[in-house]
Amino acid sequence: MSRLSIRDVSKIFPGHRRDTPPTQALLPVGLEVADNDFITVLGPSGCGKSTLLRLVAGLETPTIGEIRLDGTKIVGAGADRGVVFQSYTLFPWLNVRQNICFGLREKGMKLSEQREISDRFIAQVGLRGFEDHFPKQLSGGMQQRVAIARALANDPKILLLDEPFGALDNQTRVLMQELLLGIWEQAQKTVMFITHDIDEAIFMASRVVVFSARPGRIKAELAVDFPHPRHYTIKTSPEFMALKARLTEEIRVEAIAADH
Amino acid sequence: MVGGFLLAAVIAVPLGIAMGVYTPIEAFFEPFVSFARYLPASAFIPLLILWVGIGEAQKLTVIFIGCFFQLTLLIAMIVSGTRRDLVEAAYTLGCNDTGVICRVVLPGAAPDIAEALRQMLRLGWTYIIVAELIGASSGIGHMITDSHALMASDHIIAGIVVIGLVGLLSDLFFKKVNQHLFSWSLPR
Repeated sequence: MSRLSIRDVSKIFPGHRRDTPPTQALLPVGLEVADNDFITVLGPSGCGKSTLLRLVAGLETPTIGEIRLDGTKIVGAGADRGVVFQSYTLFPWLNVRQNICFGLREKGMKLSEQREISDRFIAQVGLRGFEDHFPKQLSGGMQQRVAIARALANDPKILLLDEPFGALDNQTRVLMQELLLGIWEQAQKTVMFITHDIDEAIFMASRVVVFSARPGRIKAELAVDFPHPRHYTIKTSPEFMALKARLTEEIRVEAIAADH
Repeated sequence: MVGGFLLAAVIAVPLGIAMGVYTPIEAFFEPFVSFARYLPASAFIPLLILWVGIGEAQKLTVIFIGCFFQLTLLIAMIVSGTRRDLVEAAYTLGCNDTGVICRVVLPGAAPDIAEALRQMLRLGWTYIIVAELIGASSGIGHMITDSHALMASDHIIAGIVVIGLVGLLSDLFFKKVNQHLFSWSLPR
C-alpha cells in the first residue's frame, strides 16, 4: 500500500519583480512512498529537493499536480506530517520538555499524558536529565535530537526531514544517523529524508531517490537492501562502496550541470 | 505620568501586534502613524494648555502623544520580524493562525516589546519634564521654572540631578524585570 503519493507535482516560483522571470524549481515529479518506507532524496544543492519536502509538508502549494497522504489530498501544513528542519527551530522560550510537548498541548492532551509521551521520547533521543534545559544551553546535535523528538511525539503518519544534520560536524552527524535509524528500526515510521550527503543517503535508506540539477526531477531510484539492524561498519563493506560509487557518479554529473 | 505611558502602551501594544501580523491592518494605519510619529509632542503643549489646562490631564496627553505613535511602529516592526522558520515549525506541529500568534509570535516578540517599552519610558520621562517646564502647576519641571524666576541656580541643578536619578532608577528597575522575565533570550 502506498502511503504518500506524489502525482506529477511541479512548482514554479513567481519572479520577485515584474522584470525577473519565474523560477521552475521542480519539473513534474511522481513518487510513491510505501508504509514504513525510509526513503532518502539525494541531490546537489539548489536542485529543488527541499521544495519537494516543503510541498509534502504543506508549507508550499504545488503549481501543478497533487500530493495525497493515505488518499487524502494535502492542503496546508498539519500535525499528521512531522517536519525536522535544517535550521534549529526549537522555540527558544520553551525548555526541552515544553518543546516536545508543543504539539501535544495544541491537541489539548492531558498534562499527565503529555508527560508520559515526552518522557518516552526524551529517553529515546538520549536526553534524560536535560528536560529543563533551554535550547540555548544545548549543542546543535542535542537541539536536533529534541526537534526529532518533538516531531515524533505528535505521532505523525510521515516524518519529513530536510537535511537535519547538515549543520552538524561529521562525527555528530554519523551518531545522529545511527540514532535516527535506530528509532526507525524500533518504531516503524514512514520517513522521507532530504540530503546531499551520499553516505547518509545510503546508510539509512531502504530506497534512494536521486534528483537532477535544477529544475529538479527524479533522475534515478535505487533500492538499498542491507538488512536491519544496520551497523555503522556496513559503510566500509564492498556492497556499500559499489552503491556509493554509482551514486557519486550520478550526483557528480548533476553537480557539474548545476554549476554551469 | 505613569497613566499616560500606560494608556499609550495598552493601546499601542495590541495595535502594533495587529499591524505586524496582518498586512491589511498595517496598510490602513501605517501612513497616519508614520506621519504622526514625526510630530514632536512638545509642539502640542500650547494647544493642550488651551484645551485641557495645566493640570495632570495635560501631562498625560503630552506623554500619550509622545509615546503612542513611536511605540506602535516599533512593536509592528518587532512583530513582523518574527522568525519564519519557527512559525512554519508551529504550523507543522498542528497550530492554526491563532495558535501561531499566541504561542509563537507573542512569546517570541515579548522580550523586544518589553525593551521597546523601556526605551519609551525614557522618552516619556523627557516629555513630562518638558510639559512641566512649559505649563504645569506642579512637578519638578515646574519647580525648575519657579527657581529660574528666582534665579536660584542651586535649586535648578538639584532639580536636574533628581530628574536624572529618578530616570536612571526607573530604567534600571525595568531592565532587571526584563532580564528576570526573559532570561531565555539573553546571550549565554
